[in-house]
Amino acid sequence: MSSEIPEPVPPVSPMPHAPRPKSVGLHKGEPAPGVAKVDPIIVADGITRTFGGLTAVNVEHLEIPRNAITALIGPNGAGKTTLFNLLTGFDKPDTGSWTFDGKSLSNVPAYRVARMGQVRTFQLTKALGLLTVLENMKLGAKGQTGENFFQGLFPALWRKQDKEIEQKALDLLVKFKLDAKKDDFAASLSGGQRKLLEMARALMSDPVLVMLDEPMAGVNPALTQSLLDKILDLKDEGMTVLFVEHDMHMVRHIADWVIVMAEGQVVAEGPPLEVMQNPAVIDAYLGAHQEIDLGELTGRYTPEGKN
Amino acid sequence: MDLAQILSNSVAFIIAPATIAYALAAIGLSVQFGYAGLLNMGIAAYMAIGAYGYAISVLTFGFPWWGGVLVGIVGSVIFSLILGIPTLRLRGDYLAIVTIAAAEVLRLLFLTATFDSVTGSADGLSGYHNSFRAANPFPEGTYGFGPWEMSANGAWVTTIGVLLVAVSLLVVWALMRSPWGRVLKGIREDEDAVRALGKNVFSFKLQALVLGGVFGALGGVVYALPSSVNPGSYVTSLTFFVYTALLLGGAATVFGPVLGSILFWVLQTFLGNILPGLASIGVLPVSSSQASTLRFILVGVALMLIVIFRPQGILGNKKELTFVK
Amino acid sequence: MSATGFTATRLRPTLLVIFGGLLVLAALFGSAPAAHADEVGIEDNPYRVSGNVQYNGDPLEGVKLTVEGGGYDAEVETDAEGKWRVGVPEKSEYKVTLDESTLPDGVAVVGDTSNVQTVTVGPGGRVTTNFFIGKGERNVTPFFDQVVQRLVSGLNFGLMLGLAAVGLSLVFGTTGLSNFAHAEMVTFGALVAWFLGAALSVPIFIAIPLAILLSALFGLGMDVGIWRPLRRKGLGTVQLMIVSIGLSLALRYVFQFFIGGGTLQLPGSNSPEIPLFGAVKLTVIDIVSMGISIVVIAAFAFWLLFTRIGKATRAISDNPSLAAASGINVDRVVRIVWIMAAGLAGLAGVLYAYYRPGLKWDMGAQILLLVFAAVTLGGLGTAFGALVGALVVGILVEISSLWIPADLKYVGALVVLILILLLRPQGILGRRERIG
Repeated sequence: MSSEIPEPVPPVSPMPHAPRPKSVGLHKGEPAPGVAKVDPIIVADGITRTFGGLTAVNVEHLEIPRNAITALIGPNGAGKTTLFNLLTGFDKPDTGSWTFDGKSLSNVPAYRVARMGQVRTFQLTKALGLLTVLENMKLGAKGQTGENFFQGLFPALWRKQDKEIEQKALDLLVKFKLDAKKDDFAASLSGGQRKLLEMARALMSDPVLVMLDEPMAGVNPALTQSLLDKILDLKDEGMTVLFVEHDMHMVRHIADWVIVMAEGQVVAEGPPLEVMQNPAVIDAYLGAHQEIDLGELTGRYTPEGKN
Repeated sequence: MDLAQILSNSVAFIIAPATIAYALAAIGLSVQFGYAGLLNMGIAAYMAIGAYGYAISVLTFGFPWWGGVLVGIVGSVIFSLILGIPTLRLRGDYLAIVTIAAAEVLRLLFLTATFDSVTGSADGLSGYHNSFRAANPFPEGTYGFGPWEMSANGAWVTTIGVLLVAVSLLVVWALMRSPWGRVLKGIREDEDAVRALGKNVFSFKLQALVLGGVFGALGGVVYALPSSVNPGSYVTSLTFFVYTALLLGGAATVFGPVLGSILFWVLQTFLGNILPGLASIGVLPVSSSQASTLRFILVGVALMLIVIFRPQGILGNKKELTFVK
Repeated sequence: MSATGFTATRLRPTLLVIFGGLLVLAALFGSAPAAHADEVGIEDNPYRVSGNVQYNGDPLEGVKLTVEGGGYDAEVETDAEGKWRVGVPEKSEYKVTLDESTLPDGVAVVGDTSNVQTVTVGPGGRVTTNFFIGKGERNVTPFFDQVVQRLVSGLNFGLMLGLAAVGLSLVFGTTGLSNFAHAEMVTFGALVAWFLGAALSVPIFIAIPLAILLSALFGLGMDVGIWRPLRRKGLGTVQLMIVSIGLSLALRYVFQFFIGGGTLQLPGSNSPEIPLFGAVKLTVIDIVSMGISIVVIAAFAFWLLFTRIGKATRAISDNPSLAAASGINVDRVVRIVWIMAAGLAGLAGVLYAYYRPGLKWDMGAQILLLVFAAVTLGGLGTAFGALVGALVVGILVEISSLWIPADLKYVGALVVLILILLLRPQGILGRRERIG
């Protein structure tokens, strides 16, 4: 697999609001919880995780389609973040097994999962505040010679690679409009900028699957469109995206596939528009608000603002 | 009270073996605590391992002096592995309590009469100087000038000590500008974020613990070189004093540990001389033993004030607070 | 919740083996004769206890003796001339025990003396004690009696540790502070009791309650003067911990400034021993001390379980932000917790001064790690857990000294502390999910 971002970089859509084509035909048979995918990147079986007496996650079977944008939605406490933690090795399930690209991930520690090309971001942004923006970016690159203790002592051994990494970081920072901030401490960035930085940093490792935990939470509305475009770009560049989100506008706008969780279980999945018509979803997730446009629930979009 | 003599005694501590020992230990702590965020409260144990490792291997096993130094280093690495492999997943303050308890266990094992034939129990160890002094390239005579005048043996200890500090500083400086140091600082900020980027956080922390521990053990060796090994030295207070020196200079800086140790010892010596002096001429209304207790009160107060008002230390970047939350 | 947990789990057995190995090593060496141990602690300590062990004029070599008192203990063996010498830190009473199992067969301590003698280091700074050795049966304290004696001592010690531990645990639970200066709150209680009772000659039954009251005020003062402003300033837990270390050092030396480096005795510390059964004896003070501890702990438990403030305290320990959101005045509760914790620590200090016996500027620091061990053993932040932990630690320290040398008796408790933090950081009674 190539470790470089494909050149030329697909141009950013000149009309940000023009919808890009969605990926369709991802599944085999009727969309239902646990439906098989044509080309799954993650296949999970029988995953359970309990905290004390509470079952946080209980997923019988789940497949995530490759090179598509999949949204994981559900009410608070549905187990979305816990499932994220389990899939990325940050938490260990009580039972179950899952594979990434055909390789088993059971008992694989988080850092190895990341090295295999499955990187994640966090719900509460983890920008490394006392490192500069550029240092944050350079930290994201994989396979650095200078990260070996003994080789790190001799700059001659890693300086050339470090320069290349720096160039790649600068290119990404330009793309994420953070290049002007490259020498600032990450702590000085705004919440939205930190989200962008975290995503950009994740891209430094040339991931195969990008997992974003609430990428929109706390982001200034002025930045949301740009962030959405960045996520769509990931798919165009051949990556797979799985994200957790509460913002229905975003889900409908960019997701190719939606998985709905409630009380630790997958209650529905399918293409966004169909899933949102699903009575089980409306029951589990929306309760009495079914007549309201889903995007308005977050309070961020007025009816005029939707497309 | 002779002010000139007191000042001379005080500035002599700029390159005294005790200062060098503290500086080495503080450099070790800067790697562990300042850069990697590991709250190692057992640095006194590392120093004890260096000192006892040196003295025991020379006295009991007849090693040459450099062999003793190597034993101290190997001992510290083993201690780091025993301590680090299970504890490095613990939260900051838990790690602090485990390391402080482990240090105390080690101290009690050195102190107990049970192993008296090897450790000298409460009397400690002495008389291990032959090999080291035989290797002394300085002929008999006095060296240095003014407050820093010393015997040939003193000059040899100081030379070795200063060399060790210089090499340690060079290593820390080189590492902290390398990608290795970048990962370490990232771990200090948020280890989960670094883990999510594919770095083996545990391995980096263990490397930092081992490296810092080696510096701590070297500090212990230098502490033992001039005279004797006394188990009363390696108490928890020693750890706290080294922390004070480190935080004074700046925990996440290369030269902070050295500057902090020099200031710590010069001020300690100055206060330890001037306060009883002032008491004896009646300026301070206290007895002279009370007057010499005052300086330790000041250490405690200074530690509190530094952590509250200038946690980055003298040399630290103002924006760069080095405390993990 | 961390990936390294996986690595650590695999390696735990190694650690157990290593720590276990250390203990076994200690035990093995403990039974083997040391090569030259006729003088112990001579360089560090100004005063001397010495003696000469002979049988029919022939010196006995390798006889083991223990010198204990004032929180200090040392073990020594006689040399080829049957002589032994131990340096001791204070001019005070010491208990010298001759280990009869190290005497040759058929020989024992005879006459009116037992194998335990109490000596007093007088103005001269030296004291000599001799045992009458002759043919005869050994003064063997039945093993069962020894166990019971240690058990009772351990219970007493554990209750006292418990008084200090519940306070430390409450403060940790409500503020997240690992307070190293708690040790000095213990010393403070003993110091004030001494100042009132011995220096000002206030009757002791008034001096002790006053000392506890002043300790409580001291806790209030620390919260108002230091900890609340620092919480407002938003210092992290690690920063706060290091501040508490600074405070601990400063206070410790302030105490030394006032009372010097020696040991002081509280009034009435030489109370008579009451034989209970067999060889088991207790002093009046031991009995009173245990009684007070039990009553105070029961009152404390009632407070924590049934009063409004007690319930609020537990709520804050569980979830501070939720408690604040549900209308609990966190600052007020924390202030009360500081007052309680300091009062209990002060009482623990008074009792500890009788238990050791004697008070010293760093007496709190000597048991601080045991108190930490108690708190972590029971589960950080759970008061009742701390109490159970304290009893376990107290009894463990005493019972373990039946087998391991007296100067290593704290090692067992500290190793348990380390193992608990590694294997079950939520403690014996804690819930796993508390640990974030």
